[in-house]
Amino acid sequence: MSLSTYLKSSIGEKTLMAVTGIFLILFVIGHMLGNLQVFVGPEYLNAYAAQLQNLGPLLWAIRLFLLTTMVIHIWAAAKVVRRSVTARPVKYAMQKDVATNFAAKTMLVSGGLILVFVVYHVLHFTSGNIDPIGAFADTHTEEGADVYAMVVTSFQHLPTTIIYSLSMILLCMHISHGASSLVQTLGWRRCSSNCTDKIGPVLAGFLLVGNLSIPLSIYFGLIP
Amino acid sequence: MKITLHVWRQKDVNSVGKMQRREVNDISQDMSFLEMLDKVNEDIIIEGGEPIAFDHDCREGICGMCSMMINGRAHGPDDGTTTCQLHMRSFQDGDAIHIEPFRARAFPVVRDLVVDRSSFDRIVQAGGFISANTGGCQDANSQLIPKIDSDLAMDAAACIGCGACVASCPNGSAMLFVAAKMGHLANLPQGQPERYTRARNMITQMDAEGFGACSNHYECEASCPKDIPVTFIGDMNRDVLKANTCSSAK
Repeated sequence: MSLSTYLKSSIGEKTLMAVTGIFLILFVIGHMLGNLQVFVGPEYLNAYAAQLQNLGPLLWAIRLFLLTTMVIHIWAAAKVVRRSVTARPVKYAMQKDVATNFAAKTMLVSGGLILVFVVYHVLHFTSGNIDPIGAFADTHTEEGADVYAMVVTSFQHLPTTIIYSLSMILLCMHISHGASSLVQTLGWRRCSSNCTDKIGPVLAGFLLVGNLSIPLSIYFGLIP
Repeated sequence: MKITLHVWRQKDVNSVGKMQRREVNDISQDMSFLEMLDKVNEDIIIEGGEPIAFDHDCREGICGMCSMMINGRAHGPDDGTTTCQLHMRSFQDGDAIHIEPFRARAFPVVRDLVVDRSSFDRIVQAGGFISANTGGCQDANSQLIPKIDSDLAMDAAACIGCGACVASCPNGSAMLFVAAKMGHLANLPQGQPERYTRARNMITQMDAEGFGACSNHYECEASCPKDIPVTFIGDMNRDVLKANTCSSAK
């Protein structure tokens, strides 16, 4: 079996999904840590944003890498789903689930909605094409961008806070099943340990607290 | 006991099947599930009908033939139990019981509840063995195996190939079966020479049979009558990855 044949096998497709999942999770962690600087003060968050913008070609290389990773992740998911749908042409009249959970059963739905959110988020906070309360236009002037002001103004707006909070719940649900699954798929699970199944929920819990803290703190006035 | 059965009836592999309802009386709580079906079939034969076809053999939980989905669970509601070891005392008087065959593209229905699981045989034929050009019998203790390894190998070797993992998997995946068949050899010294060719060949055959992909719901582990853990799937994934990426594992 060559590498290309392997990547087309059922386990190979899952390996692709797991490896791209690792990169996407690392991005989510990094993205959250960067954003948490909103709690330290405007100068920190704005300096961080400017630093990212000043990366120039490197920034685009990272963006391209993330986009490719996402495309592969979705492509692998489509292959896995297709395999599973064709594997059982006649459905059961009655089938009970006893071991699985809500997050695992809704991976496709949560994944699809996260994709929609990512597109929305980029158009909202990165390019400013979607600007419901004019926060992007007001804070991006010739002299530079005040990302801190944009974020704070945006999350004082209830619909934006709701959209972002719900999306973070979906994202963390997706990661809670995904992170545990990738450990199993890559064979990192040791037979003697039973902690694998907890890796996903614990990681997702941290990400949920971190990511929700920003819109909710702003909306409830904890950040001036 | 009085129960209402809803049983899948299908004439042959090319026919379209359907659920059929039947009221059953005089069932003893001491009957095994298969004895209940035997009684139902006797009644059907007396009435001049076609008895319900179902697979069974040893009736003591070790052959893996009695494959059926009972009330939405492979081998019924009890954990770590085959259908033949399930007893009617696990049900209440007046219960409705739904019985369906194990459903997967790789398990075509032969008749009623009987499915063809020869796809499992072909996966084992692809690599689930060791090639030993035997001479005289070795002394039993000439090759020492750590207890932890032999225990693991025996845990995997408990697989009776019943197909409950496939039946209960939301994706119709056979990975727990294949992982068990690889795992009982991969944990023993005798299985090492062919370890990675075995991994490659069995996975190729598994995919060719049209089983689904694992998405870690672990319904297989929950329905396995031999309680084989999904950790073997992780070990299998690692072996397959290694078999295809490491030059030392060719």
